[in-house]
Amino acid sequence: MFGLRIESIAIANIYPNIKDSFFGPSCMNIYLPIAEISVNIFLLLGMGGVIGFLSGMFGVGGGFLLTPLLIFIGVPSTVAVATQANQIVASSVSGVIAHTRRKNVDFKMGFMLLIGGIIGSTLGVWLFSVLKTMGQIDLVIKLSYVAFLSSVGGLMFIESLGAIWRNRKGASGRTGRAHKRKDHSGWQHKLPFKMKFRRSQLYISALLPIGVGLAVGVLVAIMGVGGGFIMVPAMIYLLGMPTSVVIGTSLFQIIFVTANVTILQATTNQTVDIILALLLLIGGVIGAQFGARAGMKLKGEQLRIMLALLALAVCIKLGLDLVITPDELFGLFGRGA
Amino acid sequence: MNMRLCTLLAFLATYAYASAQAQAPMVSNEIVAALDDHLVAIDTGFSGSKVLLFGATEGEGDVIIVVRGPSKKEVVRKKERIMGVWANKKQVVFDDTPAFYNIAASGNLNELVPASTRQRLELGPENLKNFVAPQSRSMSDKDKLEFWQALLRSKINDGLYASTHTPVKFLGKRLFRADINFPANIPVGTYLVYVYLVKDKDIVSTQITPLFVSKIGAEAEIYDFAHRHSFAYGVLAVVIALFAGWFASVVFRKK
Repeated sequence: MFGLRIESIAIANIYPNIKDSFFGPSCMNIYLPIAEISVNIFLLLGMGGVIGFLSGMFGVGGGFLLTPLLIFIGVPSTVAVATQANQIVASSVSGVIAHTRRKNVDFKMGFMLLIGGIIGSTLGVWLFSVLKTMGQIDLVIKLSYVAFLSSVGGLMFIESLGAIWRNRKGASGRTGRAHKRKDHSGWQHKLPFKMKFRRSQLYISALLPIGVGLAVGVLVAIMGVGGGFIMVPAMIYLLGMPTSVVIGTSLFQIIFVTANVTILQATTNQTVDIILALLLLIGGVIGAQFGARAGMKLKGEQLRIMLALLALAVCIKLGLDLVITPDELFGLFGRGA
Repeated sequence: MNMRLCTLLAFLATYAYASAQAQAPMVSNEIVAALDDHLVAIDTGFSGSKVLLFGATEGEGDVIIVVRGPSKKEVVRKKERIMGVWANKKQVVFDDTPAFYNIAASGNLNELVPASTRQRLELGPENLKNFVAPQSRSMSDKDKLEFWQALLRSKINDGLYASTHTPVKFLGKRLFRADINFPANIPVGTYLVYVYLVKDKDIVSTQITPLFVSKIGAEAEIYDFAHRHSFAYGVLAVVIALFAGWFASVVFRKK
């Protein structure tokens, strides 16, 4: 499929032998029915755990890290993306339950985002299968990752460096930048269909959240991410929502969008692997609890700068793979392609 | 392994006895071979498998064994640099490519049979005749060959094609055995095992035995469900995820 795939298969071929000599045959490896590869159970649990830890610590979904990792270990990228969407359903549910208890979910805004999200993700799944038959899906997945990780990671890095620098200068009394847009002169306030969103204390056009939901929905389908890392900045800076309700609301709509993607991927591409999703889930849920505790010991800016560096590292790795001349220029696309 | 050895010995004894009795009239059955198992079952713990092939020849001779997987369509794509990024561009479709190909011989293949025979019977992956690729007419044969060789390279890398032939071991002059190894990533389907008897650089007898590779148990059911009732499968996947998420939040709230 591409360079990494070949490497990982080579590793997978050697791996059973190493494993057999330590643990005896067949009790540690699990054959994934849809991905059609044999993977070590503890590798999957561990990966879910590590990503869960990071997502608990940073408060992000972690899909943008887990999908590339799954591809690295040899899971076909189409299966990785679709299964990831299924796993995000679960992690978002537990997140939303926690946020609803604190009344941090703007359901009306969530429904508007959702309308766009359903349209966008349906469009995305259709685009996904078209690109798959054209043989370009891998390239598009990787290019989208490079584009979004570099921009979001870069912005976050600059912003958190600035915050640390301001703190050093002693301006710690400030509560951070005011995120709410108070001037109503921007283009986004001239759109029709204005609506009141009481919990967000906003009076904006319904087209805005629908548009944001639509754009993110396409990404959910193609990249196998929840889209939180794009949705959250868009809600704060574009819609002008208060930060307190942003995460709960975005998680609320992510549940439905990823559920839609899961069902659509299952029906059109048959690429959702329930076993893989379950194993990642178990590791992820446990990891997230420890991550959340570790996260409380760190300052916000420190967390954000680490997350930014992580995003940039993944981005650089994927970007180099696209630019460096690969060892093998040819790829085989037998199964399902 | 011990049990396999016992079955092997039992079979060999029977064969030796039977062929000794019927030596004179049976000229047609110059080679007999059997597998210790006709089913390679892919279950949850599957991480590759080994099938033992054993048999006896009538008189002295060499043995060549070919294992072919089910035929399928393969698409080979070549990457080219487009605006600084490596992207798939040209593609060639090869029909009827065996999904799996393994070969074993009791001697050096090139010395056992002449090149014409190797090509006719497709002995060795390099002799597979698929690079005709009728769907890609616009491309020259030389270019197609390049794509075909890439396919062979990739299949060998994945352990699905044999890069060199494995040995067929003779126990005495007439009894032989060979191990056929299947990696964890073998495709499911009906495989055919060809056993050739070679005498004086010529193939004098052939036996073909089927071998089935299939998913069994939960693996097979999940795969079947996902493909036959894909909508219900998708809904079930979501329901499981919703339940797991809710369950996690309940468990960790109490702590």
